Amino acid sequence: MYEGAIQDLIDELGRLPGVGPKSAQRIAFHILSADPTDVKRLAVALQRVKEQVRFCTTCFNVAEAEQCRICRDPRRHDDVLCVVEEPKDVVAVERTGEFRGRYHVLGGAINPLEGIGPDHLKIRELMARLADGSVKELILATDPNTEGEATATYLALLVKPMGLAVTRLASGLPVGGDLEYADEITLGRAFEGRRAI
Amino acid sequence: MYVRRLELVDFRSYPRCVVEFEPGCSVLVGPNGVGKTNLVEALGYVSTLDSHRVATDAPLVRAGATSAVIRSEIVHEHRSLSVELAIEPGKANRARLGGSPVRRARDVLGALRMVLFAPEDLALVRGDPAERRNYLDHLLVARQPRYAGVRADYERVLKQRNALLRTAYLARKTGAGTRDLSTLDVWDVHLASHGAELLAARLELCAALGPHIAKAYDAVAAGRGRAGIAYRSRVPIEPADRESLSAALSAALVESRPSEVERGMTLVGPHRDDLLLTLGELPAKGYASHGESWSMALALRLAAYELLRTEGIEPVLALDDVFAELDAGRRERLAELVGSAGQLLITCAVAEDVPAALRGARYEVSEGEVHRA
Repeated sequence: MYEGAIQDLIDELGRLPGVGPKSAQRIAFHILSADPTDVKRLAVALQRVKEQVRFCTTCFNVAEAEQCRICRDPRRHDDVLCVVEEPKDVVAVERTGEFRGRYHVLGGAINPLEGIGPDHLKIRELMARLADGSVKELILATDPNTEGEATATYLALLVKPMGLAVTRLASGLPVGGDLEYADEITLGRAFEGRRAI
Repeated sequence: MYVRRLELVDFRSYPRCVVEFEPGCSVLVGPNGVGKTNLVEALGYVSTLDSHRVATDAPLVRAGATSAVIRSEIVHEHRSLSVELAIEPGKANRARLGGSPVRRARDVLGALRMVLFAPEDLALVRGDPAERRNYLDHLLVARQPRYAGVRADYERVLKQRNALLRTAYLARKTGAGTRDLSTLDVWDVHLASHGAELLAARLELCAALGPHIAKAYDAVAAGRGRAGIAYRSRVPIEPADRESLSAALSAALVESRPSEVERGMTLVGPHRDDLLLTLGELPAKGYASHGESWSMALALRLAAYELLRTEGIEPVLALDDVFAELDAGRRERLAELVGSAGQLLITCAVAEDVPAALRGARYEVSEGEVHRA
């Protein structure tokens, strides 16, 4: 145990996800010995993130204005909508540069064990966006785990009567890796989802 | 496949112990309670990451020590592979394969394939259906590791579905109104598709196992009636292809929904199924004598061994304390059945119980020590 401010900082850092007590201590002492202007910048960034970041009123991605950067972009296609669980998934899909449509962030996945049902997600808002018929394809890009799959199925059943195309991301082998390093479950799934070329 | 070397550090009763094995028969002899079973248990752990005796890891670590280490060297098709496991209760096991650490301990699964029969296996016949489901599922995974994922997926969906039914049940009971069950259809879809995959695989396995079980039982029992197995499910299991099973499961879920909502849990699916073991016309459970039950349990393990063997995986076979239970005639017949095993590990208290045909290398086990005789 250290005393006063340094222990407070270690405790606070230790509450962050992925930071254990050892890491918290290392970061705390790094901050202590760092240049005051650098530390100031970090402090300001922390404060600003809570004060200025809000959620886009259209897609619920993180935004600094009423709407996020992507929803404001007129070059984006309005007819394809990609549904993801979290804002960080938007960033992941954006990094591919493949997708030129718009997003909808659900804010999680259906998870009865944690008491999360459809009402806790931005599903009503999604249905409202789809109501005017301008979206022709809905891409379900929820996580490929039990909860993500269930959420995708739920949405697919829900929008079926609307008659738009609903697609699900493929799951399989990572590109650029070696077949031998794939675990047997991923490889088994990839076998199941194989296609003719 | 055979085990060439086993080294234990602070595992069960052994502070440190090294045993070198050869292909063929090895007989571990020693009085009761000196730790013969601990040796096969350690190898079983390398093979399944599970003890056949205890559900938690704490008893595996020698009293006073903080962690146990199992090092083994396995030879398969003339290549030797070392598998090292460090067991520290309350923490994830650490594993090394060929000297290098692996990311997850389960990456070592498949390095050692072993079928172990132990007195605890009597529960396969007399115990709950869960024992028999586990028997089938473990064998499925040994044949096709992909089924570890199928089973995990099914169990996750089941857990989520049960959580949903449970909250609805509690809401109703406390009068907080009926809770939203709109996502139940979604969980039904996934439960039926994962369930059908697991069910189809179990049925296929049962069909493949049947003849092996009859043959093995015939060898080890006095030949009173034929041993058989039949898969029991509340869901119609004919035809046994995945699509039909998925449809059958979906229909069963629809049918049982009122009672599921009533009781707050999932009442149909592979997690409620059983494997019926029969001797002649009668079910083994409840009707079989101790000797018959014991022979049936042994037959189940021997059938698993034979099945893996016919499919090109030659597992190590370990028989823990088997021969003392058999009369001379049955000892000979069992020896005939398993005598050609690539590697056979036998534990016994009295060396003379083991038929002459199986007397290969002999090891004397005494308190915490093993010596080649």
